[in-house]
Amino acid sequence: MNPTNWNRDPKNSVGKPRRRVDARARVTGQVRFADDLSLPRMLHCRLVRSHVPHAKILGIDASKALARKGVKLVLTGEHFPIAYGVLPVSHDEHPLCNDKVRFVGDPVAAVIATTEEEAIDAANDVVVHYESLTTIATPQEALATPEPRIHTYGDSGNVHKKVHFEFGDVDASFAGAAHVFDDTFFYEGNTHLPIEEHASLAIQDPEGKLCIWSSTQTPHYLHKALAKALAMDPAHIRVIATPNGGGFGGKSDPFNHEIVVAKAALMLGRPVKICLTRLEVFYCHRGRHPIEMRMRTATDKDGNVLALDLQTLLDGGSYGSYGVASTFYSGALQTVTYTIPRYRFRGCRAFTNKPPCGPKRGHGTPQPRFAQEVQLDRIAVKLGKNPAALRLQQLAQPGSLTANFMRIGTIGLGACIDKVVEGSRFRERWGKLPFGRGLGLACSSYLCGAGLAINWAELPHSGVQLRLDRSGEVTAFCGATEIGQGSDDVLANIVAEILGIPPFDVRVVTGDTGLTPVDLGSYSSRVTLMMGNAAIQAAERARDLIAKSAGEKLGVPASRLVFANKRVFDAQDPNVGMTWLEALHRAESDHGTLGTVGSYRPAAPAAKYKGGGVGPSPTYSYSAAVIETQVDPDTGWIHVEHVWVAHDIGRSLNPTLVEGQVIGSVYMGLGEALMEEQVFRRLPPRLSNALVHKIPSILEYKSLTSKDMPDVTTYLIEDPDSAGPFGAKEVGQGPLLPMMPALANSVFDAVGVRVDEIPVTPEKVIRALEAKSKRYGPDEFPTVDWPEPLKVAPPWEGGDGTAQNEKPRKSKIAKDGTRIVTP
Amino acid sequence: MMRAPPLRHVFATSVKEAAHLLATDPRAMILAGGTDVVPNLKRRQFAPSLLVSVKRVDALRAIRAVAGGGLSIGAGVSLSDLAVDARFAKAARALRSATAQVATPHIRNVATLGGNLCLDTRCTYYDQNLEWRQAIGYCMKAPKSSGGVALRDKEDCICWVAPQSPKCKAVSSTDSAPALIALGASVVLESKDGERTLPLRELYADDGMAFLTKRGDEILREVVLPADFQHWTSTYWKLRRRDSFDFPVLGVGAALKLGSGGTITDARIALGGVLSAPILVPESATLVGKTLTDDAITAFAELAAKHAKPLDNTDLEFPWRKRVTKVFVANALKELRGDDRASMGRLAERAVVG
Repeated sequence: MNPTNWNRDPKNSVGKPRRRVDARARVTGQVRFADDLSLPRMLHCRLVRSHVPHAKILGIDASKALARKGVKLVLTGEHFPIAYGVLPVSHDEHPLCNDKVRFVGDPVAAVIATTEEEAIDAANDVVVHYESLTTIATPQEALATPEPRIHTYGDSGNVHKKVHFEFGDVDASFAGAAHVFDDTFFYEGNTHLPIEEHASLAIQDPEGKLCIWSSTQTPHYLHKALAKALAMDPAHIRVIATPNGGGFGGKSDPFNHEIVVAKAALMLGRPVKICLTRLEVFYCHRGRHPIEMRMRTATDKDGNVLALDLQTLLDGGSYGSYGVASTFYSGALQTVTYTIPRYRFRGCRAFTNKPPCGPKRGHGTPQPRFAQEVQLDRIAVKLGKNPAALRLQQLAQPGSLTANFMRIGTIGLGACIDKVVEGSRFRERWGKLPFGRGLGLACSSYLCGAGLAINWAELPHSGVQLRLDRSGEVTAFCGATEIGQGSDDVLANIVAEILGIPPFDVRVVTGDTGLTPVDLGSYSSRVTLMMGNAAIQAAERARDLIAKSAGEKLGVPASRLVFANKRVFDAQDPNVGMTWLEALHRAESDHGTLGTVGSYRPAAPAAKYKGGGVGPSPTYSYSAAVIETQVDPDTGWIHVEHVWVAHDIGRSLNPTLVEGQVIGSVYMGLGEALMEEQVFRRLPPRLSNALVHKIPSILEYKSLTSKDMPDVTTYLIEDPDSAGPFGAKEVGQGPLLPMMPALANSVFDAVGVRVDEIPVTPEKVIRALEAKSKRYGPDEFPTVDWPEPLKVAPPWEGGDGTAQNEKPRKSKIAKDGTRIVTP
Repeated sequence: MMRAPPLRHVFATSVKEAAHLLATDPRAMILAGGTDVVPNLKRRQFAPSLLVSVKRVDALRAIRAVAGGGLSIGAGVSLSDLAVDARFAKAARALRSATAQVATPHIRNVATLGGNLCLDTRCTYYDQNLEWRQAIGYCMKAPKSSGGVALRDKEDCICWVAPQSPKCKAVSSTDSAPALIALGASVVLESKDGERTLPLRELYADDGMAFLTKRGDEILREVVLPADFQHWTSTYWKLRRRDSFDFPVLGVGAALKLGSGGTITDARIALGGVLSAPILVPESATLVGKTLTDDAITAFAELAAKHAKPLDNTDLEFPWRKRVTKVFVANALKELRGDDRASMGRLAERAVVG
């Protein structure tokens, strides 16, 4: 049965601003986060972490710890011989290090004791003997130091991954260009900084199976990792994702501490809990990769881009995490914002002895977005054009394929630019404000879910089950994870809209692998679109069952019935109808117990070349922002006066939550733009081998406080996209992207200097003001030995999405149904 | 989560009792609001065997007039109370601005004036968990031989901020001290053997470890503002990254006594956050007899900034902090001259409260 469209134009709750369904629990403190959980006979776990950055483990002496009264168990790498990881191509982590440690903070042992205090003291008693190895602090050092290798896999030496694509003859475009722009940029790493520290509680349940509650964004991937690392039947593992007190990508990997408490609970037959300290959250990291970038752009005489040539060098930290995907993402989405006829992208990720980098809100794309939007500002200045006009003249086209075969849906970007330009009076004021005051514009685009799943399998990406109870309550089950973004509300809202009942009549059960159908997790801005489409299918199936029964009773064709205000009635005569409850009872009497399912899997991507699996999405969201700043020339101090931001949401399912996500993105983006830095300290090498996180505390790692937050004017552009539920697109990540370049462009407008580095700090502004070049940023891009390009002809040059010079690829199906493709 | 080590915690009901308890144990520490001591304890930066809480000593929360003029402020008065106290609105504006800008409202409700004056010196090599400090091989202020906790005596370990330095370079990070030094305050210390009064600036020494001249068995009981404090005009400028939470990376306390025609008859300019101790700028007296012309202000700001020796152990880069020292000293004097802070840029607008 195909879903019909007659109720797709929302009539009920969708589109109306409303408090979220879980708001009461949140504001009354009744949401139970992982660390709120406590069980009888619960034990506490503490990890012993490496205090050296790179070393072989020679031996571990836990005798003193084991002699303590309250200590029940000490685990080491010997207990965990099997590696795991989130991406099938980089299963390079062990729950506890097996033979070597790769950064300060890598877990080596775990102590399980009756109290947290006892576990802490016992962990301090564990002695680990190390043999230190050469330490690698930067990707430049990694390129220059192939040995010793941090990992024995990867492209070569300490290079994890290199990619090289060429879409059309880029050199020819540069040769014929009216203007060539060539700039280098650096984007410092930063971290998610969720207020909730990661916590997990594992038990062996009464049937002898494993159950774990954890603050995770991806219970499904944790489920897989537990099965692999513990060599268990996944049917005997239940993962319950507790509501996350902030995720932002930092809880998307399966983590060592989760697997450790699971193992300990199974070994001891008692509940085992861990709650990380803030220092440990900085060690988990998986945040924004520091990236060096070189961006060359060829334009015609009017500033229209003819070709783009981007190089990125990513500092990956010590493990793979999502890093291969991050590497592709540092180039994949450069083409979906503006028309780019030809494109070359070279990306390289290096291993370093620091906490692993991974996905943070925007995953791999904010860095090259910063480079592109700052360079466009330069192009506008050089050619004497208004930056808004320069962008508007070359927007990507709706429904088109890009040079790298990304299929674009609707594009609300033109409307976004118009809104922020009008609101800020950008055309009248840009370039004309007094010295010290400036305006900056930037745009962006982002995924609405990854087109291909991490584990390639021809299975749905999201599933929803509905249970329709005689009481009138509808329960919606879905594996999606509430990380604060409001996904539970999206689920309730969509089901309620279609069945014509209030969202508060829908009970949602989410993120529990033992109860809910699989949803791949809360990452890549996929949940609203994918879960939403699955929910529509399930709800429409339920509605059709009910409509059939109600229609028969009323003598009205089922297709003419309307579901609204807890009634089912004839669209032609609203007086002919029945209550929701009557309709429900009639349907249950006709069909038996009522329950339906829905699922969603994105269409196959147009990009068929190797690596083309990263970047495709059912549709893309667009954002534009203008930032006004005041910059003090004496101190370089940057004060953000106002932010205007417009987001192409397709359709707002709940405008209150959409606006909240936009403002949250502005907040996080300004933190990155102005101050957030995940930076490390290396002590003088003659005195010490140390390489440590410089400021691993929520006090010294600076992010904005509410007092530092400017006023924000938000515009929501609604141009429904047929790929999204009721036309909705994502909003969790996209609006963050324009903040960093808009801020840098605004500083230029204020005091005439370019800071080509994120964060833009007062010290850098002063250095740029004092520099002859009126610029602060990297002078050159490091030399990387790039592989031969994979050549793909753009669609308008006869390309079909395959590479012209690609060797055929082999694929095999793994035991769990995952398709593994190797070159 | 992080947990404090096991220790003994007793409540004293009088200063006298507290002084007696302190004298019984060389590893005893005073606990007032606890907003500095408790996080440091959890990070295992020091390991007292006994915490003597003065929370229940009501006498420490009194503010009273002193015979012959002046005002005595109990060391246990909360920063929140000081920040809203009308008695300081005009006459001791520097104190109000300083206390209003410490940390956050929640912390100010609990934190005390005495605690802020005795605040442990801060350093990004020191204010870290035990595990982190193990990874750098510890430091002079909390060396390995002490188990990574601070000792009163220096040991073999180096200061990572300046490896050649014989002294610890942790930074004095109290807001109230530079304000009160500018106001000419003195402090009364009490021990089991008696009490003594000393100018506040003499409470401090430029040594990140031995930063207080107060003995371990002495309690800072009260702060006394001088008899003529109402005849001074004062301000306090705080530099920090964010508009809340952050410790100062520069504090400028400035107090002037102005005669007819705006001639300066007395001056005290103090700096915090730029050394291991807050200091009274020794050239303060050179302002006496001058009026606050732009030239006089610039010249003095140059002199004052020479005393600032920021290093790479706080937030924000140190050459920049040195640069802002000059700007803030000049701006503070301009403000006392009557200039509008709004004309000094956005950083100036938030550097002063009240």
